[in-house]
Order: sequence, then C-alpha cells, then structure tokens
Amino acid sequence: MTPFLDLIDLDVAYPPRRVVSEVSLQMPCAGIGCLLGPSGCGKTTLLRAIAGFEPLQRGSIRLEGVELSRPGWTLPPEQRRIGLMFQDLALFPHLTVADNVGFGLRGWKTRERQARILELLRLVGLDDEARRYPHQLSGGQQQRVALARALAPRPRLLLLDEPFSSLDVTLREDLAREVRGILLREGTGGLLVSHDQFEAFAFADEIGVLHEGRLRQWDSAYHLYHRPADRFVADFIGQGVLLPGWIEAGGRVKTELGELDGAPLSGVAPGDAVEILVRPDDVIHDDASPLRAEVVERAFRGAEFLYTLKLPSGARLLCLAPSHHNHAPGQAIGIRLDIDHRVMFRRETLIA
Amino acid sequence: MLAMRCDRWTVLVVGLAALLALPVLTVFVTALQPAGAVWRHLADTVLADYVLNSVALMIGVGAGTLLIGVPTAWLTAVCEFPGRRWFEWALLLPMAIPAYIIAYTYTGLLDFAGPVQALLRETFGWSRQDYGFPEIRLLPGAALMLALVLYPYVYLLARAAFLEQSAAMLEVSRSLGAGPWRRFLTVTLPLARPALIAGVTLAQMEALADYGAVQYFGVSTFTTGIFRVWFGMNDAAAAAQLATLLLLFVFTLLVFERLSRRQARFHHTGQRSQRPARLRLQGRWRWLAVGACLIPLLGGFLIPAGQLAIWAWRTAPGMLDQRFLHLAANSLLLAGGTALLILLLAVLLGYGQRLRPHPLVRLAVRSAGLGYAVPGTVIAIGVLLPLAAIDRTVDGWARAWFGGSTGLLLSGTLIALLFAYCARFLPVALHSVEAGLTRIRPSMDDAARALGSTPHAVLWRVHLPVLRGSLLTALLLAFVDVLKELPAALILRPFNFNTLAVRTYELAADERLADSATFALAIVLAGIGPVILLSQTISQARPGHDPLP
Repeated sequence: MTPFLDLIDLDVAYPPRRVVSEVSLQMPCAGIGCLLGPSGCGKTTLLRAIAGFEPLQRGSIRLEGVELSRPGWTLPPEQRRIGLMFQDLALFPHLTVADNVGFGLRGWKTRERQARILELLRLVGLDDEARRYPHQLSGGQQQRVALARALAPRPRLLLLDEPFSSLDVTLREDLAREVRGILLREGTGGLLVSHDQFEAFAFADEIGVLHEGRLRQWDSAYHLYHRPADRFVADFIGQGVLLPGWIEAGGRVKTELGELDGAPLSGVAPGDAVEILVRPDDVIHDDASPLRAEVVERAFRGAEFLYTLKLPSGARLLCLAPSHHNHAPGQAIGIRLDIDHRVMFRRETLIA
Repeated sequence: MLAMRCDRWTVLVVGLAALLALPVLTVFVTALQPAGAVWRHLADTVLADYVLNSVALMIGVGAGTLLIGVPTAWLTAVCEFPGRRWFEWALLLPMAIPAYIIAYTYTGLLDFAGPVQALLRETFGWSRQDYGFPEIRLLPGAALMLALVLYPYVYLLARAAFLEQSAAMLEVSRSLGAGPWRRFLTVTLPLARPALIAGVTLAQMEALADYGAVQYFGVSTFTTGIFRVWFGMNDAAAAAQLATLLLLFVFTLLVFERLSRRQARFHHTGQRSQRPARLRLQGRWRWLAVGACLIPLLGGFLIPAGQLAIWAWRTAPGMLDQRFLHLAANSLLLAGGTALLILLLAVLLGYGQRLRPHPLVRLAVRSAGLGYAVPGTVIAIGVLLPLAAIDRTVDGWARAWFGGSTGLLLSGTLIALLFAYCARFLPVALHSVEAGLTRIRPSMDDAARALGSTPHAVLWRVHLPVLRGSLLTALLLAFVDVLKELPAALILRPFNFNTLAVRTYELAADERLADSATFALAIVLAGIGPVILLSQTISQARPGHDPLP
C-alpha cells in the first residue's frame, strides 16, 4: 500500500548551510504525527519543505503516492492541498472571521462557500463571531479561526507550526486535544512541529525527534520514552540519568545498585563499560531495602515527590516517591531498582 | 549570512538609494574643494552673522515651542476642562500653515497700514509720530512666527509621553506626599524629557531649513546665505560649503535627537496600567486652561487663516483668473505627479528591504531616507550641481560631434525639481509604507499561498487591501509637502514655470500681501488634510504607540 506521507532521504539547505540532512519517514495513513526537537533543530524547515516553501537539495516528498518535491522541482504551495497553521496565526487583519475562513474557497459556488464557512465555524464553536475582526477576538478564539481557515479547503494534510505555543499551559493541552479530535473527524492528516514533548504526547500518534537536522527516531511516544534510539532521545524525552555499569561474565549487567534483571546480553565482552538509562519511575523508594541513598533535593509535585538522590559513589539518581514519603534533604533513604525496559549505551551506540 | 545575492531587487534598491543620496553626497564632495575667494570673503564678513543668527533662531524656536507645546500637551493629556477634546486636535492646525505664509500674514496685520495699527489710530486719534509700535520683522519676530507654526511637534510628542505615564507612577509619588505641582516637576516632566527633546529638535530642524520667513524678515541665516552666494555671487563651491556647515548643524541636532530617543525606549517599561483619571479643573483654573490652549491656536492658526480669508475675499475676484487656474494646475500636477513617483519609489524600497533583508540593503534604504533632515536649499544645490555637470558634458559631446548645442537637458527642466522632491520627501512616504508593510507578516504570505493563492493573487488579495491606508497616507503627505515647498522650487523651477508657493512668495516680495492671500489660502487648505489624518491617528493612539504617522 502506498504510504500517506513519504519523505525519502531529504536534504534541505539555506546555502551554504545544510539545515535538514538525510531525513526519511513514513506516515502509513492519514494519522497525526509530530516533529519534536529543540529550537534550531530544523523541524520548521522540514515542515516548510513539505508545504512547498523550501526546495529540496536531495530526496523526494510524496503525498498519497504523488511526488510533490524533488531536487530542482517544487510543486507550488498553492497547488499542494496542504494546509498550514502558523505560530503567529497569520490571520488577515483586513478580513472578518468569516472572510478569513473563506479565503481559501475561491472558485467555490457562493452557496457552498457559505455553507462550508458556517460548517467550520460551528466545528470550532465560533459561529457567533463570524462578522467580527481578528483583533476583536481572544487568543484562543484566534487560534480556532486559524484552524478553521486552514481546514476550509479540505486539505489532505494539515501542517501546524507550534500553533499553541503562545497559549498558557492548560489551554495549550486542551486545544491540542481538541484540534486532534477535529482532524480525526475531518479525516485530515496532521503534522505538528513542537519543542514541547507534553504537547506532542497529547497531540500525536507518532513522534519524530529531530536533532541538528537529522531524524533521530520516528516512533510512538511510549517507545520514545522506553526505547530511545540514542543518548540524545533518551536525554530529550522525559527525565532520567545514565547510571554507570559494567558487563560481568555470562553477559550479565552489574551496577552500583546490584545486578539487573533480564536475559544475558550477547555481543558484549566481560569488563565492557556501559551506561544504563534509569527513569525516575524505575527507582522505587523502599524503606526495607539495604541500598541507601542520600536525598540531595526534593520537589513536591502533589501526588508525589521527585527526589534527587546521591549514591555512595557520588552518582546521582532521580526517584519518584508517593508524597506521603516525606524526607528532608540530607536524610538517607532505602531504594531499589525496578527497570522494565533495559536501555544501555556503550559510548554512542545502543546495545540493548 | 553576509553573502549578498546580486539579483534584480538588490541592484534596484541599492541603485535607487544611491541616486537619492546623491544630492547630499554632492554637497559634501563639493565642499571639500579648497576655499575660494568668495568663501574667504564670506568668512571675513557675514559668516559669523549666519552662525549667530541661526543659533539665536534655534534657541528662540526651542524656547517658544517648549513654552507653547508643553503646557498645552499636559493640559489636554492629563486635565479635563471645557473644550478639551476639541483642543486635542485643533492644536495641530498651525501645522497646516507654512512658516513663510504666517510671516507674510503677520507682517500685513501689524504694519503701519495694517488693521491693528489702523484700529489703534482710529480709537485713540493718534497719527504716525504719536506712538511707537514694535517691529515684527526682526529676529525675535521670526523666532515667534516659526514657534507658532512649529510647536505642534513638541505638543504631539509631549502629549504622547504624558499619556504613556502610568497611573501607578503618579499614585506612588502621591503616596509619597507630592502635591500636583511637585508631581509635575519631579515625575511627569523628567519622564517626558526625551520626548520633549525629540520634539524640540524636530522643530529646530524645520527652523534651520526655513527660507521664506527669515528671508522676508531680513534675518541672515545659512539658507538666505546660500541663496545669496548661489544667485548673487554664482559660486557653487562656496554655496556648497555653506550648505555643508548647515548640514553639520542639522546632523548635530539629529544625533542629539537619536540619543534622546534611545533613552525614550529605555523609559518604556511596558506598564500597561490603566489611565489615571483626568484632573478635573475647577473655577478659574478651567478658564485659564482654555485660555492657554486658545492663545496658540489663535496666534498660530485662527488669526493668520482668518486674515488670509479676509484678504482673499477682497482680492480673489481680481486674482482668480486664467493665470490662477494655470498656477493651480501647475502646482496640483507637480505635487500629484511627484507624490505618485515618491510613492512608487517608497514601495520599491520598502519591498526591496522586505524581500532582501540584507544589512547593505537596509543601509542603502536608510541613506535614501536622509533627505528629510536636509533643508530644501541644500538638496536643491546638491541636485543642480551634478545635473548641470551632466548637461555640460552632453552639450560638449553634441557640439563636438554634431555641431549643435543640446542646451540644458536636465538642470533647467522639471526633472531637476522632481529629483529634488523625491530626495527630500521620500522619507515621509517610506516611513508610512514601511509601517504598513510591518502589518503584513511573512507568515501571512505563506498562509495565503497554502490556501491556494498564487504569488500574484497574494499581492492583490492580501497586500493591497492591508496596505491601502498606508499608501494613501504616504501619497497625501508627499502631495502636501511638495505643494507648500518653497526654496527648492525657487532654485530649480524651469524658466516660466510657476507654482502657488512661488507666486505667493513673489507677490509678498512685491509687498502685495493681500493679493498673495488667495494663493496662500489654497496652500493652507491643502495643508489641513494631513492635520486631519494626524488627529485621527492620535485619537486612536494608545500608550506605547508612536503618534507620528
């Protein structure tokens, strides 16, 4: 089956600087994806290349099997049927809400056009504001107008360039979830660009982590967290520390906190030095445990405490503990490791 | 990314900017020539007068505009009194009157045969030798005339600064025990200082550029000196050297103003607190406030405009002939055509800067925008010198090759005048176009493209509607500026080509003040257009927004 969106080995450059390198990814069906990465990682450039604003130096972009871009040829943005939602929304200040939404409906019959505008304004809950101008609306309402406008011409794919980042945190996740619902109802694929992993988790089925122009991993949120492909992803997604360990005879992994569970490793030699990814939820606070660690810092989070612990060797660990376990900095507490997903790195390479 | 794309846009913008900066550069280069006999003569005789008179004029205009501008700005920004909303915009009206016209009007009003002295004689039965009447046509008079029409610069900026000051700031000083006077002197005024300096320097720059008023009052300043050296002594180098000295004055003021603006930005601490309640004036204070606002309005607009109207009423039947229509048509066509050309240039430069945001392009556009600070006399000299050189060269070739003279191809034609006006008034239009373009964020272009518009359609469906207001403003401002411009027209107009401004000047020079009123009134009426625009802008202005167009 042809994939919905297919990016094959893309290079995008603002000569002489290469901004996106060798990116390949596939969205099998019109689902919802996210490009996640710190600022300057090339995610917006990649999005603009998909929209048709940046030419390719190498590779190919296909949507529903039809090629949109290749080096030396770029289908103009207006012919792609790809919608865009911008960080600054880019609503047209001289047009009313209804005219903004209808902007992309040129060539439609008046009646159909009116019907479509009304349909979308209902969808985003703004049918009472049709005659107002953008500057008369609140930030969240403007966001909805931008969404309605982008969806009006029934694009096959909607690209969203950090459209929620100007909103406050609670509204941001609500709106991300709402937009997700609307996209699914309209049957439009969505691709979000974000630097905020919680927004990405709330919005997307599949997430790609970009770093320095390269796609490090394209996976579900669950796998990004529990099976990061490299150190960068491990560090960027969620919290955690890399705990030093070493390989013992028989491929078993040993750390300061004892031997890890799991099948023996192959392809490693005894004595090899490794680092194990330890998430805060992998460290269980257990008063009965003989392993002790000193509390360095604690952060109250409501249902739980996030403790920063120091091991006798000086290595640090993070530990999530239920909030009735209240320990002051300086106290020693008992802990044990309970690692479900063993993630280990030797130098830069993943070995398990 | 300093690598420059040498494409059509870059070449176009840098080329246009270089052309527009040419007059000022020419003046500088010419001034570098060794001083000739005329210059040495000037330096020995009148140069000290020029400097002293110009400095005195600047001081007088500075003091006058502050004295009128600050109290009126404070009253309309902070207080409530009868007619306050009306005064807010009416106090801008004097801007519509060019300095030379107010000078002519007051001369006619106050001279021996004028209505004021006639009334005094009639009332008291005096005859000529019975009384002394102060002569207005002296330096203090010139400073007063200029201050009366230039104070709106100070008023505008001071008013914006006063409006910006937050309620919290005044409440704090109040809670610390400061009464209204101490609040004004220790909080309000110091906070507004950068704006006041900016307003005063703008007024002083205009005063330095004035030719018509000082010439009529016989006050020798740089501008009149340049005219004398140019027309009387025919010495281009000496005229350019005088012009350079004048520019030095102007640039000193400009640097001063920039520095004060930098501080102004520092003062913006982004307080978005609510406006303090207006101070409701009681009893006689209310009428004092009305008087304080009414006097500059009377002196700067109502009296001169009224006098012009009375004269025009009397003399118009004789003046409104074929010749007047011809002149008016000349002026309208010149101003309209120039304004369109200026608008085109401003749009080209504005878009060039937007499409190629390279430091060099920005620098080029900035240097094209220098002209507004440069007096019309200086621009005119800077235009005439290179064009005359080109004419001479072409003429020389023609004589050598074809045995015939081409005469003055450029310098004696309207092209010279158009060029000078573009160089001088482009910045006004550019400011307006740039302000409009900032409203169109690049993402709007992208959004329109993604919604199915071709680049061409983006221009028509997004840019033009959003820019329309700014373009019209730019056109109107350039139109009126050209219409009332005097010194450059005097120097550069082609033989037998006359405008309303030049005709007003000629009639006044012949002491036919009443006859000049019809022409002057036409200019003043046109000048009210921008004032209305400005008043709309300031009525919409909120704290933190620039009230100037």
